[in-house]
Amino acid sequence: MVLTDSDFMENTIKVHIIDREGEQHELDAPTDMNMNIMEVCKSYELPVEGTCGGMALCASCQVYLESSHELPEQSDAELAMLDQAFHVKDNSRLGCQIRITEEIDGITLRLAPK
Amino acid sequence: MIQTDIIIIGAGPVGLFTVFEAGLLKLRCHLIDSLPVPGGQLTEIYPKKPIYDIPGFPIVNAGDLIDNLMKQIEVFKPQFTLGESAVSLEETPENHFIVTTNKGTKHQAPVVIIAGGLGVFEPRKPPIENLADFEDKGVEYIIRDPKFYQDKRVVISGGGDSALDWTIYLVENKIASEVSLVHRRTSFRGHLDSVQKVMDMANDGRIKLITDAEVVGLSGNGKLHSVTIRHTTMGDIVKEADHFVPLFGLTPSLGPIADWGLEIEKNAVKVNTFDYSTNRKGVFAVGDINTYPGKLKLILCGFHEGTLAVQSAFAKIYPNKKNVLKYTTVNGVNGF
Repeated sequence: MVLTDSDFMENTIKVHIIDREGEQHELDAPTDMNMNIMEVCKSYELPVEGTCGGMALCASCQVYLESSHELPEQSDAELAMLDQAFHVKDNSRLGCQIRITEEIDGITLRLAPK
Repeated sequence: MIQTDIIIIGAGPVGLFTVFEAGLLKLRCHLIDSLPVPGGQLTEIYPKKPIYDIPGFPIVNAGDLIDNLMKQIEVFKPQFTLGESAVSLEETPENHFIVTTNKGTKHQAPVVIIAGGLGVFEPRKPPIENLADFEDKGVEYIIRDPKFYQDKRVVISGGGDSALDWTIYLVENKIASEVSLVHRRTSFRGHLDSVQKVMDMANDGRIKLITDAEVVGLSGNGKLHSVTIRHTTMGDIVKEADHFVPLFGLTPSLGPIADWGLEIEKNAVKVNTFDYSTNRKGVFAVGDINTYPGKLKLILCGFHEGTLAVQSAFAKIYPNKKNVLKYTTVNGVNGF
């Protein structure tokens, strides 16, 4: 069997990221690579630092959820980190804690200020 | 002036292991780190986290890995300048280097290896417009000497353990004349007994606890006079204060290394993968702080980088001496 591009696209969702200048980026994100939003942003070279590597320990990947997607409940670690971060709003999330799954296909997230 | 063979900037895992490989070549090392203890981000950010990709260790806690590295390098008697950050790199006419810290400590060596990881850990600063104007004029990010706050009115901001602990300390030891704790949320995520203590102190009127609020403004004339606290429902409150101490943890930044004449790419130091040398002869960069095609930010890659870097360090320090790879299984480890 020969795999084509469309076979791979089956496991891909769309993620919309609004950068700090207000520009929207439509990203293809794989659901079968155990990735999260922070990592997808980095792979597209968007200005997300992800300093701690995804351990919910630095808040450099803070984003605001701007679509109506239901996300899994935040872990204690994520809430604790957001407690220490700035520019935090009710819809703040850490990108590294949002897994790429089919449920978030079409999600819109805005990068929080640095 | 501290003299050594290799100045290593950064006492994280890669800096520490570099001491071992240098020691096998009979090169002495002196490490400089801005944190008060060795270990870098492993100690500062994730001491209790398990690491699974250190060869030979199916699982090892970050803190334990640092303890083991410290044991491993003990025989080579590394020296440390801790709690100070390297701010300047000067070159002597003999192509030696003088590294000076923010506290003025000077170190001289023919070789510098930068193992700076994420950079220098600095206090996370709240986004208040004129915050910098009041630094050391009433705004401090770290409490160095509690006595400094004797009979002063102090506003502490933050919801973690350091905010809670210092609030308790300044009150229990009857240091500050008034302590206010401002926190953005209603609940605290520190140790339960600290949270309880702070709640009790608030109920007894020993501290002013202002939750669901943030400090958003500072005013004063050359010295802090008052802070503006914004409450989510009650609006702005202006509170007179002698000191404002925001305690929001530490965050890393590349810091002064960026101004050392090294080639920087994507916030990292560009190196040659032959020996992880930078564009300055005698200056190497290993671990998370460097970049090269194919770079992976892994501890195990940093161990390899440090190992190769010290071979070239040896060649620079002893240009006329021959050096061959010796196995520790054959020769053991002969310390200083």
